[in-house]
Amino acid sequence: MEALIKKRIKQVLKGDQSAYGEIVEIYKDKVFQLCFRILGNRHEAEDMAQEAFIRAYVNISSFNIDLKFSTWLYRIATNLCIDRIRKKKPDYYLDAEVSGTDGLTMYSQVAADTILPEDEIESLELQETIQREITKLPEKYRSVIVLKYIEELSLNEISEILDIPLGTVKTRIHRGREALRHQLRNV
Amino acid sequence: MKCPDNIVLYMHEYLDEEIDEHDEQLLKKHLQTCPKCQNYFHELEKAIALVQSTSHIQAPSNFTENVMARLPKERKRVGVNRWFRHHPLLTAASLFIILMTGSLLSTWNKDHEFSVTKQPDLVVHNNTVIVPEGKVIKGDITVRNGDLQVEGKVEGDVTVINGENYMASAGNVTGEIKVVNEVFDWIWYHIKKTSKELISVFN
Repeated sequence: MEALIKKRIKQVLKGDQSAYGEIVEIYKDKVFQLCFRILGNRHEAEDMAQEAFIRAYVNISSFNIDLKFSTWLYRIATNLCIDRIRKKKPDYYLDAEVSGTDGLTMYSQVAADTILPEDEIESLELQETIQREITKLPEKYRSVIVLKYIEELSLNEISEILDIPLGTVKTRIHRGREALRHQLRNV
Repeated sequence: MKCPDNIVLYMHEYLDEEIDEHDEQLLKKHLQTCPKCQNYFHELEKAIALVQSTSHIQAPSNFTENVMARLPKERKRVGVNRWFRHHPLLTAASLFIILMTGSLLSTWNKDHEFSVTKQPDLVVHNNTVIVPEGKVIKGDITVRNGDLQVEGKVEGDVTVINGENYMASAGNVTGEIKVVNEVFDWIWYHIKKTSKELISVFN
């Protein structure tokens, strides 16, 4: 698989644009899923996923062929999504960290069942509920949780994708799991 | 019953498969006896299971076509750049030639001052260098922007750039005589000189 990707990348470097189509075909679902789970919106996810593939294409000559292409591609996609979240962040946001608490958000100040009344939960698809809860996570926990539990990547790879130390990845996964435990325990 | 310190940390380490054996034993033993921690641990596991249960979604149809349509068109410049990147040696060679020609031309244009190789016994008179009769110059002579009149003997090469070489009947040059007057001659002279130097380096 990696060998095939490398062959296609070499073709793209030689100017064969159509070889890139095959790369997009192989990774489109993973990248779209990554963007969708982080952003929680299909339309935005499609925009960001397309943008990620275009940026990867434009910068393909800076890709180190000895590394894993998927790691590099996920990194581009994750960064784009994180930027998007930061740009559209409204002034008051329950996910915003309470200053000086490192990771504590307003959600931890609100009882879980007041966010979603019992009957509303029942009327929603379970999938949507879960996605909503993921989207409620602060962006730095959301990206690690999605990379770990939806893309099923190793802690080391997550550390590479997000360009943060392994210890920080672990801390964020712990805190993200804690937040999800809190949010999903009544589902 | 008091829960051990760090029991929640152990739970997370367990979920990341990063727990050491001792702590794992401690965690398992504790969970068997403490319903509160057991519940907490189940809530964590449940949250993970729910997140993982979100079915895998697929990219919208025509995704690949849309990406391909939005890719920047290969422009000529891109092609040229790529060619440069893939032929570093040729790029370096052509760059070298361009710079060499440029610097040679500029020295040709700038260099209108009279100069001559320093040799004892040479007489300079109104931009004319004279090798006096009966004298023997041991070594090469290069005259720039001036004439050379050889009445004596030169044991070496003579080069006159932008000037004339007059030979008296008694004059004698043992080496080569070169007179360079045109730009192309000038460049040709430099190329020959450089390659001669190169050859002598390799020898």
